[in-house]
Amino acid sequence: MNAKGSVFKYGDNVDTDVIIPARYLNSSDPAELASHCMEDIDKDFIGKVHKGDIIVARKNFGCGSSREHAPIAIKAAGVSCVIAETFARIFYRNAINIGLPIVECAQASREIEAGDEVEVDFDSGIIYDRTKGTQYQGQPFPEFMQKIIAQGGLMNYINSQM
Amino acid sequence: MGMTMTQKILAAAAGLDHVEAGQLIEAKLDLVLGNDITSPVAIKEMEKMKTKGVFDKDKIALVPDHFVPNKDIKSAEHCKCVREFARRNEITNYFEVGQMGIEHALLPEKGLTVPGDVIIGADSHTCTYGALGAFSTGVGSTDMAAGMATGKAWFKVPGAICFHLTGKPSEWVSGKDVILHIIGMIGVDGALYRSMEFVGEGVHNLSMDDRFTIANMAIEAGGKNGIFPVDDLTVAYLEEHATRPYKVYEADPDAVYEEEYDIDLSQLKPTVAFPHLPENTHTLDEVAEPIAIDQVVIGSCTNGRLDDLRIAAKVLKGRHVAEGIRMIVIPATQAIYLQAMEEGLLRTFIEAGGIVSTPTCGPCLGGYMGVLAEGERCVSTTNRNFVGRMGHVKSEIYLASPAVAAASAVAGCLTSPDRL
Repeated sequence: MNAKGSVFKYGDNVDTDVIIPARYLNSSDPAELASHCMEDIDKDFIGKVHKGDIIVARKNFGCGSSREHAPIAIKAAGVSCVIAETFARIFYRNAINIGLPIVECAQASREIEAGDEVEVDFDSGIIYDRTKGTQYQGQPFPEFMQKIIAQGGLMNYINSQM
Repeated sequence: MGMTMTQKILAAAAGLDHVEAGQLIEAKLDLVLGNDITSPVAIKEMEKMKTKGVFDKDKIALVPDHFVPNKDIKSAEHCKCVREFARRNEITNYFEVGQMGIEHALLPEKGLTVPGDVIIGADSHTCTYGALGAFSTGVGSTDMAAGMATGKAWFKVPGAICFHLTGKPSEWVSGKDVILHIIGMIGVDGALYRSMEFVGEGVHNLSMDDRFTIANMAIEAGGKNGIFPVDDLTVAYLEEHATRPYKVYEADPDAVYEEEYDIDLSQLKPTVAFPHLPENTHTLDEVAEPIAIDQVVIGSCTNGRLDDLRIAAKVLKGRHVAEGIRMIVIPATQAIYLQAMEEGLLRTFIEAGGIVSTPTCGPCLGGYMGVLAEGERCVSTTNRNFVGRMGHVKSEIYLASPAVAAASAVAGCLTSPDRL
């Protein structure tokens, strides 16, 4: 499985309040949430994002609230993968549970720039920056999490175990 | 190799003699929690499952507290979804308006969280119950759904940071100053994926409400959980509240910690987190220029308990908020509200020019009941000061203790009680 798209780049500590502000949490509809995704940090994001695009950020991506609406909004906006140096732990769990691919890689998160064309191979964990001609080895998931992702999320995984 | 307090609780819940950091385990859950924002998503997820019912109707708590009393039609629909799910599944611990409170103040008060428990909640501040010697951590809605259906959750066993507390805090220093000091020291990802274990004789000088505040904000340092040992104060609290037997766990003497810090509580000063991160802390004595404010919020799962209201009232007694300052006080539960009324605290707030609200998370996350306009500043006893958290993206939040918030309301600018 691969992800391929152009990069939206952000800094440290992108919190769930800017990914999807609480004023929109009176809805749980993915399409509606997606229409406000990243609004408070990047007004242009939703107008510019295309299906398959990739978010690259620095450390502690998704910190703050446990709202699953955050990875849901990102996924519904069409983003195919989030790469960061580290993820906040609840966001990490939520992303796996809903089937939004995420990859931890410090060097990629530092060097990849906005607008770069990037490809991610989830099987090997390798990240290719096609614009720069560079490649990076991302942190692969433990086997247990790979099973959840392969099933398309935690609910399907649990159903498959029953 | 010894285990930390958190590791011992997780090992027991997983039916294992020993666990170590990094190990993936499946643990039995003692309580699964959700609120009006996260539960509807979880309920939708549960509908995708082969098993429709819940694992144990007594071990699920549903607390509509974020946007209640319903702030708009969409919120009302969410609350209705939760209410109907609770009825359909005969959930014992569903708390309707009139019985509800802010979830992390309410559940300990109702005796639903006890030492040794493993608790997940679809709310990041679920880590609050570590104050009682439980392992509790925030998760998302899908984990909540799986927990409600199976009574189990997977965890990666965390390593730990140990905080050795000594000394006694001075008059205007409380749990909020302790945790803000720590977050300022280690950063908003300083405890990422790890436990924060608080130990030492200084713990005995922290009230239960102080400990709830400290454990509550472990997530603001990225922590998986925060946890306190069970002492005489905990036991006294449990005698008053606990509804079931509990088991006390202690860290092994040779427990391995990834980092250790010594904190002398007597040396701490009133501490404030400036916009827009909880790690952006300053002690008030180093703030030279006056910072004018527009609003003060005293409440939330962090600081809406009795100790918090008492100290705020002590500052406000016989004083009045500065002209143009909007002071919003929110007792966290109905029991706290009633007790504050009995003690005359609510009268003090109203006579000082503040308002008193029914329990709600409202302003903390910019939901309602105190949303900020462009350029406005708020001193708040809540837990996050991210961009746009309480309203406009160009508004500002200063996180502080109830004492500092009350003093700032009186002064009309950020200040501490000893400067009034």
